[in-house]
Amino acid sequence: MKGTKGSERREAPKTTASSGTARIAAAFASARAGKRAALMPYVTAGYPTLASLGPQLRAAGRAGADLVEVGVPFSDPLADGPVVQQAAEEALRGGYRLGELFSAIREAARDAPPLVLLTYINPVLAYGAERFLDEARDAGVTGLIVPDLPLVESGALGRAAARRDLVLVPMAAPTSTDAHLAAVAEGPGFVYGVSVTGVTGVRERLDPEVLAFADRLKAKIRRPVAIGFGISTPNQAREVGARADGVIIGSALVRAIGQRLSCPEAAVEEFVARIRQAMEPDDATPTRSVFDNRRIAAGEEGPER
Amino acid sequence: MTRVARVPDRHGRFGRFGGRYVPETLIPALVELERAYQEVVVHDPAFTRELRGLLRDYVGRPSPLTYAARISDVVGAPVYLKREDLNHTGAHKINNTLGQALLARRMGKTRLIAETGAGQHGVATATVAALLGMRAEVYMGQVDVERQALNVYRMNLLGAAVHPVTGGTATLKDATNEAIRDWVTNVRDTYYIIGSVVGPHPYPAMVRDFQSVIGQEARRQITKMAGRLPGMAVAPVGGGSNAMGLFYPFRHDPVDLVGVEAAGEGLQGRHAASLVRGRPGVLHGAFSYLLQTDEGQVLPAHSVSAGLDYPGVGPEHAYYRETGRARYEAITDAEALEAFHRLSELEGIIPALESAHAVAWVLKQAGRLPVDAPVIINLSGRGDKDVDQVAALERRARSGEVGG
Ligand SMILES: Cc1ncc(COP(=O)(O)O)c(C=O)c1O
Repeated sequence: MKGTKGSERREAPKTTASSGTARIAAAFASARAGKRAALMPYVTAGYPTLASLGPQLRAAGRAGADLVEVGVPFSDPLADGPVVQQAAEEALRGGYRLGELFSAIREAARDAPPLVLLTYINPVLAYGAERFLDEARDAGVTGLIVPDLPLVESGALGRAAARRDLVLVPMAAPTSTDAHLAAVAEGPGFVYGVSVTGVTGVRERLDPEVLAFADRLKAKIRRPVAIGFGISTPNQAREVGARADGVIIGSALVRAIGQRLSCPEAAVEEFVARIRQAMEPDDATPTRSVFDNRRIAAGEEGPER
Repeated sequence: MTRVARVPDRHGRFGRFGGRYVPETLIPALVELERAYQEVVVHDPAFTRELRGLLRDYVGRPSPLTYAARISDVVGAPVYLKREDLNHTGAHKINNTLGQALLARRMGKTRLIAETGAGQHGVATATVAALLGMRAEVYMGQVDVERQALNVYRMNLLGAAVHPVTGGTATLKDATNEAIRDWVTNVRDTYYIIGSVVGPHPYPAMVRDFQSVIGQEARRQITKMAGRLPGMAVAPVGGGSNAMGLFYPFRHDPVDLVGVEAAGEGLQGRHAASLVRGRPGVLHGAFSYLLQTDEGQVLPAHSVSAGLDYPGVGPEHAYYRETGRARYEAITDAEALEAFHRLSELEGIIPALESAHAVAWVLKQAGRLPVDAPVIINLSGRGDKDVDQVAALERRARSGEVGG
């Protein structure tokens, strides 16, 4: 794929009610209407089996997930820590095939929350980007997160996704420049805020800089911002959810699945429900209203997000 | 002869190859690195002076170009060896680590990290860290830690920490993943010294430039010794740094450039011939050729030579392959092992197994090369590191076991 200029604006897609763009927007809107951040758990496809993916996705939906990230196993996941790496390795050892992923998703997507695929770029290129996107859309996928495709390399895939009403989710990191944040400020879907410099993983403690980072993204970015990487506990999800529009939880959930391989969907349902409960609004805590006041004080427009 | 454009372009592209396929977190660091590199190279003669001085007084450059009389008789053409084996630490790797470590120091980074397969790049990194008083940590696959125990000891002796990597196939590609993960995590104070012309822009171009001293010297030396340019320049290709270092200064000359990859057990079996048998894809931050399944999973490579045991290759080689500026051939483990013996017996030079691949390919051309056109082989390293492994292989082969 040829490199294209990163600052290029994506074409505005024509959204229909069932389009990826519209479904992601609706998921964030509904969380916002409930006065809470959207909850987006992550599971690795094929772990422990591809057959368990559908039940896991439906369990996530029952437990209150607003969207679900589905990890596509890759042999060299350089943005992932040990937990997700091992899940991918086991999926590959267990005979996971990309060709079978889309039918598993199609079967599950009807009664699951909107699904976003997390995939490294090489499987997409090897499968053929157009074919990958066609099959993803036909299976009911709403968007793609590609951790090794930074904005500067994402022009062609972003346009191809937009033509199918799929969202290619841009990422922002603590090291990202203001120019980068400006370049991703507007557009469909959401921005994935990488909470720490680092890889995915379970972290005991929330880095205090995460909250300031979330505030920085919220101040600069007009579409919803979801924060992920290292958010592991209900309390952490609550704290981050008070500052951001969405919270992504991966390694901690994958680890919970690993501890109950005989019944992964039960692990998902319990784990997601516990996180979701912690994220429910509690009018006694002023965090969110303070946050909204800060935005208004900063002279920004109303909560158009 | 095919003309090559000035590459990379400002997006880090060599034709359609190269680029920056890394997490967003690293993009600012790559931009900073690119800027710092441009600054020292273009505007800082003191940097170049210091690097030249160390290459001369510490590494021992220029490395000789040796006319190999007995090999020439066998091949039927004048063969010259570019003696990177005589560098301090025994291979070309130090040309690059010295340049990058000086740059890291200039950028105010205090911690160096590196990946290593055979351990040669790890040793070269540990060496310059000791020289410059910097901290070095080296990632190495668990399989290689066991295969190359002596180099692990060397790195420790030089004061570096070695981190064994158990994920994936526990070899060089996984060590590289882990080094990238470390870099993403500690990007603010850490400098990642990549060991070959691979990785995201600006690494492939920068490592090429630091290694180009090989070709620059060879060009001067052959002109003086043979009174003409070579007809052919041949080098082994793992990631491709010693080969690109030799090729680059000849790119506009009418010189055949031949890169020799590892055919391992044979191209039908397990091998490491990414350019000869791979397909384009993304590994470790660049779009280039790699060994992969049709669903884009990276395949483990195999070569008797740990330094060639890598499923990817630098993007500039992919560009040379596609434009036809260079051609790429493959040599099996068995052929390389035979050349390891031949060069030792005929010239009194024990080559690294990597370099033995290039020697083997030239030996195979015996009688088919123009009798008057000099051939330069890049003798990228010396074979001391491989002697134990080859001896063990041959013991096993003699006792009837299958080698490998
Ligand atoms: C002596 C020697 N030659 C060649 C190589 C292959 O690397 P490259 O292709 O980057 O020169 C290595 C790598 O370890 C090496 O040690």
